[in-house]
Amino acid sequence: MYQFNFEPVFAAFDTLLIGAWFTIQMSCMAMLLGLAVSIFGAVGKTSGVRLLNVLVDIYVEIIRNTPFLVQIYFIFFGLPALGIRMSPNQAALLALTVNFGAYGTEIIRAGINSINRGQIEAAQAIGLSWLQVLRYVVIKPALRAVYPALTSQFIFLMLGSSVVSAISATDLTAAGNDLNSLTFASFEVYLVTTAIYLMMSIAFSIAFSVIGRTWFAYPVNR
Amino acid sequence: MNMVPTKPEPAMQAQTLPTIELQGLEKWYGAFQALKNVDLTVQSSEKIVICGPSGSGKSTLIRCINQLEEIQGGTIRVNGKALTNDPKSVRAVRREIGMVFQQFNLFPHMTILENCVLGPIKVGGVPRAEAEEVAHEYLKRVRIPEQANKYPAQLSGGQQQRVAIARALCMRPKVMLFDEPTSALDPEMVNEVLDTMIDLASDGMTMICVTHEMGFARKVADRVIFMDHGEIIEENDPEQFFEAPRHERTRGFLGQIA
Ligand SMILES: Nc1ncnc2c1ncn2[C@@H]1O[C@H](COP(=O)(O)OP(=O)(O)OP(=O)(O)O)[C@@H](O)[C@H]1O
Ligand SMILES: [Mg+2]
Repeated sequence: MYQFNFEPVFAAFDTLLIGAWFTIQMSCMAMLLGLAVSIFGAVGKTSGVRLLNVLVDIYVEIIRNTPFLVQIYFIFFGLPALGIRMSPNQAALLALTVNFGAYGTEIIRAGINSINRGQIEAAQAIGLSWLQVLRYVVIKPALRAVYPALTSQFIFLMLGSSVVSAISATDLTAAGNDLNSLTFASFEVYLVTTAIYLMMSIAFSIAFSVIGRTWFAYPVNR
Repeated sequence: MNMVPTKPEPAMQAQTLPTIELQGLEKWYGAFQALKNVDLTVQSSEKIVICGPSGSGKSTLIRCINQLEEIQGGTIRVNGKALTNDPKSVRAVRREIGMVFQQFNLFPHMTILENCVLGPIKVGGVPRAEAEEVAHEYLKRVRIPEQANKYPAQLSGGQQQRVAIARALCMRPKVMLFDEPTSALDPEMVNEVLDTMIDLASDGMTMICVTHEMGFARKVADRVIFMDHGEIIEENDPEQFFEAPRHERTRGFLGQIA
């Protein structure tokens, strides 16, 4: 019978932690950048400007209807043909941002649409411009309305980021792959890797609920 | 009872430009005509009450005045200046016009104070400290100074509506529009809002109120306007309007709401 041997895995645990730390950093960056993209996309989508609407639609549909791995390959292997060269880590970050942006656009658009028309009219009646209405009156309640969807999309992003190991970015999965080819302890390596992903997911869930409760602390309804 | 506001002398009115002047206003929703050739002139510090059956165009009329609705014909003048669709001038006009909605429409993610200072700071360019001072002053005037740091959802409907009035006043508007400000309220809260409006009237604010509160109309209105099917059917001082309505439709309507 197979003899479990975690020793080499724990001996090289720091390489896994370095990979995990990279995954966390890359995911957080992609989330923040992707969130900005999402907000722009959603605002463009709800602006009533036809051209913006069509452009955002095209972006969202392309990203949501193609495999993430192919998107990464396109950015890393395809774009150099146009003279756009990136390191694996840069390409990974860009791919994650673009991907999150498309899903986030749809989520935030739903949030903006959930805002009562009267809110917007009251803000206009005070004399706020269209951008001010969005910025001060619409965005926060809109984000609150879709916060759960947004956070689970982020967890997807973080877990999905394991795919970037395919272009040898230095994330947790890549660290696991490296360790595996050194030790051949596949079961142990991937069990520990899985456990680290699981813990990161849990940690992010907790962090998001704390952030949510702080930032969206205002009461609604009666 | 003795709070009846002084009405401006006719001689004084003639000298100044009307605060609001509507001429031949036409509003269409697709093929449906919501306003038909509406004329209305409101002088500074006049109080107008608009009533009429549901769907008669009352909301549409006052929403046209601050350009929440686009018009298809006629002209609107505010302080003598004809309104245009240029976004900058739309905003400039809205600053002069306070609006209070049936559903309060306070911003739920901001405290009462923040609701009140948003416009003055972001639109009026007023420094925060000064804006807050003004806001506290108006919150005092609508008699809820102690709620400044609460959120809208923590207030009763009547309190929320009074905050909405204070929020509009913080922009120091020349005219206030009210669209059925008490009809979403529980009956016991109607009077606190009406009292606030009566106070405002006695301070000389120019007001256009869509309301079916006939006690308020009798007490405050200089003129009562009856609308039906997008038209102004009758316009008269409250005494005449209620005691001797000229039109059959007005009589029918007054009979219904009495
Ligand atoms: N956005 C819209 N699209 C189409 N029709 C509309 C729209 N808004 C209002 N209308 C129609 O215009 C007419 C006037 O509406 P308005 O809201 O001004 O009536 P109202 O007098 O304020 O009625 P209520 O007392 O019920 O508030 C109604 O027949 C209504 O159905
Ligand atoms: Mg109405």
